[in-house]
Amino acid sequence: MRPGRWLPSLALVALLVAAWQLYAASGALGDDVLPGPSRVLSQGWEHRATLLDNALPTLRATLAGFALSLTVGFALSVLIDLSGVLRRALMPVLIVSQTLPLIAIAPLVVLWFGFDLLPKVLLVAFVTFFPITVALVEGYGATDRDSQALLRSMGAGRWRIFRTLRVPTALPYFFAGLRIAITYAVVGAIFAEYAGATEGLGIYMQNAKNSFRTDLVLAAVGVSAALTLALFALTYAVERLATPWARKGERT
Amino acid sequence: MSKLEIRNLNRSFDGVPVLKDLTLDVAEGEFVSILGPSGSGKSTTFSVLTGALPPTSGEVRVDGVPLAERPGRFAYMPQKDALLPWRRVLDNLTLGLEVAGVRRKEARRKVEPLLDVFGLTGYERSYPAQLSGGMRQRAALLRTVVQDREVLLLDEPFGALDALTRARMQQWIERVWEEYRWTVLLITHDVREAVFLSDRVYVFSPRPATVVKCVEVGLPRPRTLASYTDPAFTRIEAELLETLLEEER
Repeated sequence: MRPGRWLPSLALVALLVAAWQLYAASGALGDDVLPGPSRVLSQGWEHRATLLDNALPTLRATLAGFALSLTVGFALSVLIDLSGVLRRALMPVLIVSQTLPLIAIAPLVVLWFGFDLLPKVLLVAFVTFFPITVALVEGYGATDRDSQALLRSMGAGRWRIFRTLRVPTALPYFFAGLRIAITYAVVGAIFAEYAGATEGLGIYMQNAKNSFRTDLVLAAVGVSAALTLALFALTYAVERLATPWARKGERT
Repeated sequence: MSKLEIRNLNRSFDGVPVLKDLTLDVAEGEFVSILGPSGSGKSTTFSVLTGALPPTSGEVRVDGVPLAERPGRFAYMPQKDALLPWRRVLDNLTLGLEVAGVRRKEARRKVEPLLDVFGLTGYERSYPAQLSGGMRQRAALLRTVVQDREVLLLDEPFGALDALTRARMQQWIERVWEEYRWTVLLITHDVREAVFLSDRVYVFSPRPATVVKCVEVGLPRPRTLASYTDPAFTRIEAELLETLLEEER
């Protein structure tokens, strides 16, 4: 990657951090209300062991939830694609499900399923399956009509056409949806932990806030952002592996 | 007896007729073209033959057997090459056999001897995006013929190619056809292409499509560049063009 691509955003981030540092150093709000970035970094480093201990459960909940989300998201997309009746039945319900406020749902899910991994997995899946399903359904719809006519002339049935043609066509759409979904995933897990957990970045943030350690809240925020960025980058790596033909555009 | 018989075929969409009393024959090993204005229902004819559309009335028979009783007698090559970009060339070529339930190894064995003839040797492991336009069309044609169906349906296979590549492809397909003598039904709107390649040319009217003329080409084979300057060639070409232009009015 060329440095020119990253330089503008890096410069902007550096500028914001510098402004934050200057404002915090002016003492207008006090260190416990608005700690400067240098303090967040140094305190975060000092508490790195606890941060890591809490980041791992969050990551576990995120990945387990995302695995469930992928399974459910794909299954729903298949049902919607194969049957017009199911599409008309499912789509409105799925859309309504996305209008429910997470802030009200999360404590209820914890109430119903306890403080273990399960409610977090469910909540992560709940906030991430929708972009995956929608992307896949759109992707199936982009299937080339000529190719479909060709496969039908070869005697292919619906299921054959679906896996030989529609699923590969939907792959680029799927990865676009995956990237949207993954940005919600870590936040979803933290939300679930905030509503009730014994470990994890969410509960860590809450405890830090209750003991007026704003610096540690922000350090945990930084860790969660780093997790999301890492997962985001991972989707590109997986996409490169899953779609080797996409890079073979030029003639040999 | 004809290999393919189309008898009084009618097809309408929402009561609007697209094919009207279409009657057409193709003999075994014959190269027949359908020439017609665009949007005249040539592709609809193919959709009926491949079974994608049921006819409103009329009959299609292959070897005397109605299509409804034994479908899947045609190998179809769509207008665009429709090569699947995520499959390597070899896997695109075996697609029809794979769908028909032939084992992958066996399918590859059937494709391999044809690679040289179709100028694709060395490109088996490439992706379609790495091929030139002419190679893509040859790959699409190989994918069609290797299915071992009775009749090949070619829907404007060279329509999207530049003039030079198209001329080269016409020369090439003539040479290869001389060797294999497939039974071919070709859709085209290129009069010279139809005359150069065909034994017989059917001219379709604008919608609703019906046969307005059937011309026996009868030029000696194999045809070469010299065929274009044959007086008979020019005469047939002029006759077909005149029929098409009259129909347009």
